[in-house]
Amino acid sequence: MSLQALTYLVVGASFALYIGIAFWSRAHNTGDFYIAGKTVSPVANGMATAADWMSAASFISMAGLIAFLGYDGSVYLMGWTGGYVLLALFLAPYLRKFGKFTVPEFIAERYYSRTARIVAVICLIFVSFTYVAGQMRGVGIVFSRFLEVDVTVGLIIGMGIVFVYAVLGGMKGITYTQVAQYCVLIFAYTVPAVFIAIQITGDPVPQLAFGADIHGSGTGLLDKLDDIVTSLGFSQYTDGSKSTVDVFCITLALMVGTAGLPHVIVRFFTVPKVRDARKSAGYALLFIAILYTTAPAVGAMARFNLLNTVQPGPVGAIDGNLEYESRPRWMRNWENTGLVSIEDKNGDGRIQYYNDKNPEFSATAEDYGWNGNELVVDNDIMVLANPEIAGLPNWVIALVAAGGIAAALSTAAGLLLVISAAVSHDLIKGIFVPGISERNELRAGRIAAAFAILVAGYLGFDPPGWVAQVVAFAFGLAAASLFPAIMLGIFVKRANKQGAIAGMLAGLLFTYGYIEFYKGLFLKWAGSPWGINTADHWLFGISPEGIGVIGMLLNFAVALTVSHLTAPPPVHIQRLVEQIRVPRELESHHG
Amino acid sequence: MTPENRSAYWRANLRLLLGCMLVWFLCSYGFGILLVDQLNAIRIGGFKLGFWFAQQGSIYIFVALIFFYAWRMNHIDQKFDVHED
Repeated sequence: MSLQALTYLVVGASFALYIGIAFWSRAHNTGDFYIAGKTVSPVANGMATAADWMSAASFISMAGLIAFLGYDGSVYLMGWTGGYVLLALFLAPYLRKFGKFTVPEFIAERYYSRTARIVAVICLIFVSFTYVAGQMRGVGIVFSRFLEVDVTVGLIIGMGIVFVYAVLGGMKGITYTQVAQYCVLIFAYTVPAVFIAIQITGDPVPQLAFGADIHGSGTGLLDKLDDIVTSLGFSQYTDGSKSTVDVFCITLALMVGTAGLPHVIVRFFTVPKVRDARKSAGYALLFIAILYTTAPAVGAMARFNLLNTVQPGPVGAIDGNLEYESRPRWMRNWENTGLVSIEDKNGDGRIQYYNDKNPEFSATAEDYGWNGNELVVDNDIMVLANPEIAGLPNWVIALVAAGGIAAALSTAAGLLLVISAAVSHDLIKGIFVPGISERNELRAGRIAAAFAILVAGYLGFDPPGWVAQVVAFAFGLAAASLFPAIMLGIFVKRANKQGAIAGMLAGLLFTYGYIEFYKGLFLKWAGSPWGINTADHWLFGISPEGIGVIGMLLNFAVALTVSHLTAPPPVHIQRLVEQIRVPRELESHHG
Repeated sequence: MTPENRSAYWRANLRLLLGCMLVWFLCSYGFGILLVDQLNAIRIGGFKLGFWFAQQGSIYIFVALIFFYAWRMNHIDQKFDVHED
């Protein structure tokens, strides 16, 4: 069977499975729609959370990013996993005990304020839309490469599928579909990794192959990598080029941001008990860790494979580099998509790949007769092209396509659901039409979800130039606004309305302002970015990606100060805090 | 539940939280970032230790840490008799 027919078959079968599950588990009331009726087992919720969390970026881009960043890529690995510890220890069990439907609803009740609710809804909608645009884009890329349809057609198919199960099934449908999607995506990720690990080192476990010797030589994979990349003018693979303070801050901003993302938090509203919420966070991270510990191994092996392909002989020797005419098929395939580009700058008919941005290496390169780097490989293709690079059978390639789509769809669905819940539950029921019937609220939720899919599809079709920047913004914003407000609401009884609102606004405005100043977001028409985006100009040497940490500290400081200068929260709110701190219901007459 | 009991329960929780946060900080920010150069002088198998913590070890410890916390918290819930039935 041809690769394309096989891909259609595998992807089609996975779609049929998702839609079947959605019909089986459709929502009957708002409880089902928002939080799956609180009936999801901790293990199933763990899988669903993992699929929800691992987006097109985790599946498609992360290993490629690490392949080119080496040690510096650790910020993503630690940052996107360590947040679950914060979530499990500081938020999940208490929010489950609170037992309502949405994150803004908690903020509204805990801070007895509609203003706080509106601020929270704004943060939530911004964060979630940013994210969802990236997912739709991911669906488009996979469709266009593997099914050879137009990106737009791919997008419309993806939107249609999400529409069916998010609108119909709500949280309940999404949860069980995500369990299936997790299985598809993790299988699709690990199978090629195992094959490649065996090819390179003979060890089938990627996490061990990562530190093993290259097959038939006495040299370790990482040592060999360090050796080749430095001889081509790059910094050592196992050593970074970012400053320690920046690595520290980016990691922390990603961790706190993760714990503050509404579509992740809300997953812990769906389990039956407080105890389950704690355990479920552990399962979620376990399932995530399977991919996240494989990814750096895949990254290192992919980099090694790439270098071995372009530089088969000794560095500097005339015949050390790959001849252009004999380049492998996968390079030709990806050249067609524009994601691999080759330009023979010195006209020797061979491909040179090295770091031409390193001034100390330029003399050496000149000696070799090299005239600039001739190969550019997009981060995003490393995982998708891996099976082809390693010469794996066609069914593995088809599986990877289905896995990439599963990763993108599951995250998109989760995000769309929190957006629709924020609109129907927080804005419509909570603020504008408090007397709305359950039937109508459910209908409003479905309409909001449908509308959100259209906006997301549009954003994916025509992404504003700033999608990449905005991802950093989404995490920074979540870290600087929602996380501190929720955490203080649980851990500091004295935190009050004035403090929370002032804190959220301070964190939000500072973080937004800093990113606008150095990277430019919405005010490009007014001349932003105004700042020079280099380490010498940053505040304390912290890049815009890591600035959410300062925003978070500012939020905490402002919230605590303002809370202590204004009246304490009313008695019934202090009772509420006492209630959410213990798993069992307290008697109402306690002293 | 008396207010004294309640605050004793909360203190026990906070103590456990603090311990977990120390481990969390040490295995990622400590070994993986701040002390990475020193630890890279030590090797286990084909890995430099600091690099291993940054790209593998910290993640394993995070997973173990959440299960440990859940297990200890259940224990504390039982002890103070605030567990769900």
